[in-house]
Amino acid sequence: MPPVAVAAAQIATLPAGRDTDMLLEVIDLYKAFGGVVATNHVSLEVREGEVHAVIGPNGAGKTTLVSQLTGELRPDGGRVRLAGRTITRMPTHRRARLGVARSFQITSVVNNLSVLENVLLAVQAHAGHNFRFWRPALRCRDLVDAAHASLQRVGLGELADRSAADLSHGEHRQLEIAMATATQPRLLLLDEPMAGMGREETVRMVDILNTIRGGPGILLIEHDMDAVFALADRISVLVNGAVIACDTPDAIRNNAQVKAAYLGED
Amino acid sequence: MNLKSLSPAGPNGWVMVITLVALVLVPPYTVLANEPFFLDLVMRAVILSIAAVSLNLVLGYGGMISFGHAAYLGIGAYCVGIPGYYGIYDGVFQLLLVVAVCGVFALVTGLVCLRTRGVYFIMITLAFAQMVFYAMVSLDEYGGDDGLVIYERSRFPLGGAIGDSITLYYVCLAVLVATLLLVHRIVNSRFGLVIRGTAGNDARLQSLGLPTFRYRLICYVIAGIMCGIAGWLLGNFTLFISPEMMNWIRSGELIFMVVLGGAGSLFGPVLGTGAFITLEEFLSGFTVYWQLYFGIFLVLVVLFGRGGLHGFIEWLFRRRS
Ligand SMILES: Nc1ncnc2c1ncn2[C@@H]1O[C@H](COP(=O)(O)OP(=O)(O)OP(=O)(O)O)[C@@H](O)[C@H]1O
Ligand SMILES: [Mg+2]
Repeated sequence: MPPVAVAAAQIATLPAGRDTDMLLEVIDLYKAFGGVVATNHVSLEVREGEVHAVIGPNGAGKTTLVSQLTGELRPDGGRVRLAGRTITRMPTHRRARLGVARSFQITSVVNNLSVLENVLLAVQAHAGHNFRFWRPALRCRDLVDAAHASLQRVGLGELADRSAADLSHGEHRQLEIAMATATQPRLLLLDEPMAGMGREETVRMVDILNTIRGGPGILLIEHDMDAVFALADRISVLVNGAVIACDTPDAIRNNAQVKAAYLGED
Repeated sequence: MNLKSLSPAGPNGWVMVITLVALVLVPPYTVLANEPFFLDLVMRAVILSIAAVSLNLVLGYGGMISFGHAAYLGIGAYCVGIPGYYGIYDGVFQLLLVVAVCGVFALVTGLVCLRTRGVYFIMITLAFAQMVFYAMVSLDEYGGDDGLVIYERSRFPLGGAIGDSITLYYVCLAVLVATLLLVHRIVNSRFGLVIRGTAGNDARLQSLGLPTFRYRLICYVIAGIMCGIAGWLLGNFTLFISPEMMNWIRSGELIFMVVLGGAGSLFGPVLGTGAFITLEEFLSGFTVYWQLYFGIFLVLVVLFGRGGLHGFIEWLFRRRS
């Protein structure tokens, strides 16, 4: 191929008219479980440093959407792009290495390890080179310091040596966030971080998320409307697998369709 | 920083040190007391301890309940027997053979087994072990069912020999200590943290970006090779090999030794093996129905003795202080 043609081919493969600060693009994503359409041609985007909230009633398909973004579920159609790169069919661990991290709606930590070791695993995953068989992990200063810093950030610094199994529900949720952020992700997918929390714990979690925001792009799934309106730059409303609205918090608050479909319920 | 898990401190650390010192003193005792049979008994316990410690790496720390671990004992022993059949007694060659055969067997079967979980994993590891068992039964050239006598123990360069029982005993003990040290370092390393993590919540580790399958496979191969070396010692010890060594019952016994001593603890499997062999000796001299009582005892341990002997010792000392 002559050089000019090569250059032309390269230009052709570049995403047309892509904004440089576009982090996540979900394009026409589709997923069905048997007859249930869980993700119905969903398109949405998250920009660098933005908090994009997704709200919707139970069973709307929020968790299913997150799982397709991390690669834990395979979409039946559509595409997912991270910073211009198509990752639709990439395995979970490779996406994680590219900077995709999630927290789970139902707490998922490693209960047979200490709190510190849980976060250390997250740091290790990011650092790579884990086929080290001799040197104790707890003597790897850089990793341990990073893990401690992440625990401090969510207010669990004091509990580092406890067994993860001994934490309270609220502390488990905080550990989830510490693990998700310890990998220094580019894209953070938070699946109902306030789930099952009391008023006080929720306020604390909003504070924690406020310290994180501005760094990674965040896709925030949340039922707690106060938290959503306090944190989100943009809100998408998901009903029966489809996005029925996507706008600023103020516009969403006053959207008649949204009120009817969702906010009215509360 | 929590360094507790790194040093073998606490009551169980002391139990380990005392037990190992006692094991060093066994040969002088058997010579003075003129009880060579006792040396054989302890030597068998030491060799099976190595196998149990290696099984504990996958079962206790990695949460992979392998029901085919005795296959590696058998393969290791056959790596003494079959070369011996052709007049090759070179220990270095035999050990290289152990590493190669056990490593490849663990790698190939692990690629299949580790894709399954729970009961399926148990069944498929059992199936692979039975394949090796029947393969050896059908190999008439090497004695088939009847087994094969080994006429000489392994020889080493520069006149090194493990011909007499006491030398062989100390070699076994050294291998046990080396295995314990290696397992201790592995489970506390970055690799080991991943392995322990996969036992607790594999899906979470994957979503953190850790390709856990590779870690578990490597762990499975390391444990297989360790157990193969125990088999090599066993072949040298019994000077007789037969498929019986890798019978599924042997695999089950290894699991019991680990559980009895405390799965996921460093020294527990050694205590479990010791207790297992002591009970076997004691009960079989006591009643012909010893296996029945033994079975009942094991069921009770599994049901109620969560941490095994290791957990029991910890509980005992925590209550005291
Ligand atoms: N593995 C699965 N197999 C079959 N159906 C599923 C599966 N996972 C989810 N679904 C269905 O897909 C739909 C969307 O579920 P999803 O968990 O994504 O909802 P959600 O918005 O996260 O709900 P919630 O607010 O309760 O967390 C539901 O109807 C659910 O029953
Ligand atoms: Mg959900």
